[in-house]
Amino acid sequence: MRSKLTPVILFVAVLLLVAFPFVGEKFYIQLIAKVMIMAIFAMSLDLLVGYTGLVSLGHAAFFGLAGYVLAKAAPQYAAANFWTTLPLALGACAVFALFTGFLVLRTSGIYFIMVTLAFSQMLFFVFHDTPFGGGSDGIYIYAKPEIKIGETALLDLEDFKVLYWFTLGLMTLVYLFLHRVLDSNFGRALIGIKTNEHRLRALGFPTFRYKLASYMLSGTLAGLAGYLAALQFGFVNPEILSWHISGSVLMMVILGGMGSLHGAALGAFVFILLQEMLSNQSWFGPVAKHWQLAMGVFIIAVALLLPHGLVGLGSTLKNRRKRAGGHG
Amino acid sequence: MADPVLRVENLTKLFGGLAAVNDVSLDLHLGQVHAVIGPNGAGKSTLTNLISGELTPTSGSIRYLAHGEGEFDLAGLSSDRISRLGIGRSFQKTNIFLPFTAFENCRLAAQSRQQRAWRIFRGASRYADVNAIAEHSLQSAGLAERGQVNAAMLSHGEQRQLEIAMCLATQPRILLMDEPLAGMGPQESLRIVALIRQLAAEHAILLIEHDMDAVFAVAHCLTVMVNGEVIESGTPQAVRASAHVQQAYLGEAHGDTHD
Amino acid sequence: MDFAFVLIQLLNGLQYGLLLFLVASGLTLVFGIMGIVNLAHGSFYMIGAYLAWSLAGMLDSFAAAILLGVPLTVVLGMGLERLLFQHLYHRDHLYQVLLTYGLILVFEELRSVIWGDDVHGVAVPALLSGSIPLTDNLSYPIYRLVISGFCLLLAAALYWLIQKTRLGMMIRAGSSNREMVQALGINIKMLYTLVFALGVALAAFAGMIAAPVSSVYPNMGAQVLIICFVVVVIGGIGSVWGALLASILIGMTDTFGKVLLPEYAGMSTYLLMVLVLLWRPEGLFKRG
Repeated sequence: MRSKLTPVILFVAVLLLVAFPFVGEKFYIQLIAKVMIMAIFAMSLDLLVGYTGLVSLGHAAFFGLAGYVLAKAAPQYAAANFWTTLPLALGACAVFALFTGFLVLRTSGIYFIMVTLAFSQMLFFVFHDTPFGGGSDGIYIYAKPEIKIGETALLDLEDFKVLYWFTLGLMTLVYLFLHRVLDSNFGRALIGIKTNEHRLRALGFPTFRYKLASYMLSGTLAGLAGYLAALQFGFVNPEILSWHISGSVLMMVILGGMGSLHGAALGAFVFILLQEMLSNQSWFGPVAKHWQLAMGVFIIAVALLLPHGLVGLGSTLKNRRKRAGGHG
Repeated sequence: MADPVLRVENLTKLFGGLAAVNDVSLDLHLGQVHAVIGPNGAGKSTLTNLISGELTPTSGSIRYLAHGEGEFDLAGLSSDRISRLGIGRSFQKTNIFLPFTAFENCRLAAQSRQQRAWRIFRGASRYADVNAIAEHSLQSAGLAERGQVNAAMLSHGEQRQLEIAMCLATQPRILLMDEPLAGMGPQESLRIVALIRQLAAEHAILLIEHDMDAVFAVAHCLTVMVNGEVIESGTPQAVRASAHVQQAYLGEAHGDTHD
Repeated sequence: MDFAFVLIQLLNGLQYGLLLFLVASGLTLVFGIMGIVNLAHGSFYMIGAYLAWSLAGMLDSFAAAILLGVPLTVVLGMGLERLLFQHLYHRDHLYQVLLTYGLILVFEELRSVIWGDDVHGVAVPALLSGSIPLTDNLSYPIYRLVISGFCLLLAAALYWLIQKTRLGMMIRAGSSNREMVQALGINIKMLYTLVFALGVALAAFAGMIAAPVSSVYPNMGAQVLIICFVVVVIGGIGSVWGALLASILIGMTDTFGKVLLPEYAGMSTYLLMVLVLLWRPEGLFKRG
């Protein structure tokens, strides 16, 4: 489904995103920055769901864990060091993925869905109940981490525009990175696992290790998104580990079209913007309070009518017309 | 006769109380085709699955005498480990990767032999040696012209050929072929029979097949299974002559037109 | 810890576990027979609890609320199966997850529209509001015993239904061999509708009888659902008896966890799951 035009469209899209802070208002710049963070999150899950064939309903665990690592590692009223806190957050996610992956990958299908959900819920309780986690109120991150070499600051993340471009740069990097990975031997093997794991084993691939590597990579990238989210919002609470986040990011991947990186990113854009629109009080008045109702109906409709997401809309319509033609 | 490369001894697989494979012994030799025949449900596919590691035997041994690398008992090893030791299998049901082209299917198979899977930044198509192996295996299976075609677009016969080509791309020493002729037309069958004969020169082949003409055309050795047990084993001539086999199986099966 | 205290905790654990069983049994039956992951199953528990609260207020009788509420939820279950779930039988689990996730949002929001976002207490029926004294200062509420009694009765009824009746035979055949059911000439569509409605009614009933103990509050469905997933993972998908054993195990683990290590109790059930996964990745009662 990847046409020759795709790289051109993506390039233009990135250029537009680069230019946006010059014309947009602060509220929208911050909103789009949030959307791009979620796009990183969605692409990381797509590696698992769309390319490895593992449906996880617990991806928020990594997102939230990385955020909490930043919050815990940051000094209370001073800025944290970006160079130490980021690797720490990503490392924590990789280790958590290694341990849980070893367990969840022993299962498959429905079990995998339930066990990933259960593990993210376990982490939820770790931060919600124990004195370590700061309870349901969460923890504030008063200052954004500093990116310095020696004594010179490279980027001032307190500036919302700089933060926006920084996020855009990271999103682009993650896209290019995953694109490269999927084109490699490793990526080919992952797609093979999704298509027919049994056959891939018969060809001599130790598939468990490949799945574990994919799970760890996916979890670590989700951690990057979680780190950025905590950095942007300035606080973390157990809600960022909740299964509503896991459900939403899965929705983004499918809405955009799983098995397509830019599809996942597109899904994040559409999902978050839709959420903003539906909950906008000046548009929908008191009804906006119940925006989840419309969102729920929308999700059900996507599940029933858009199996290949927005990216696959063309082929879905074509199939439908063909079927309708066949009957008539 | 030279030493066997694979020696199956007293192999048994129980499902619940039922013995799908019961006390089966057989040898595979390099340069020879060993055919296993028998009616449906005789345990032939189970036997293949036991050797290839998809199933774990209840008892018995499967010894693989790898040249210069020592001796392995395959019983209980995982299917990917067994494949890496040099035992390839083709499946009865066509089992290929439909999103990929024929060439990419073979490249994926060939890739399993090299230890560079963790280089995640290098494009999969940029390994000249792997490409060469994939190309060669396509050629061997008679698909040289069809490499760039999407696997889903291949005809049924071509998909069966691709199944064999993928198996070859893993460069096995032993080939386990589970009904390679299933669903093939007469022309395609002839081509595969010729291919099997050609492959026999360098491999040890275990062939499971219903097409008796093909079996008698290529097999050096024949084992007849009924109800999970071996009822006769020997040269094709000897088996054909066996009254026991005539009565139990061959009498009805031979001469049937198998499609 | 003296004997009476331990006894109270044992009874609490049993009562919690048996309630979980009512919800989880429906979940596991729907998994086992129809191959459906239903995230919205917890919502039926929540709907049951809110129904009990509002009907009890309207009718001024908790018993009447249950007698009216259960048939309502059966109708709801049949309607949902016919309207939505039957489109999911041949779909990938992914779409089942998505659709039922959307359904949760719809149910939660409708709950907010109809009943609001407040926490409500439900009065224990006057007849059952007493306590049985165990020691001088410890006693056990009768109503909790009644809950356990009802759950045990339902578990026995479920056993009878699955082992002894024609519907049960169909359920057992259906979960192991779909083709055979059809070959027997059994109306599989009807079977699916009935099983689904049974699952909905069990979950809703659990919510109703739990309401006086746990009160009713937003998101109560999601909490129960996730614990029920753990029950099903431990018990083995499709196994009702696995679900019973796992429910009681979890009930006990959670109850004693809260007493012994209150700050870590939330995790205790998940640690139990980790142990089971290490030992038996397919659950304690794996189906043939």
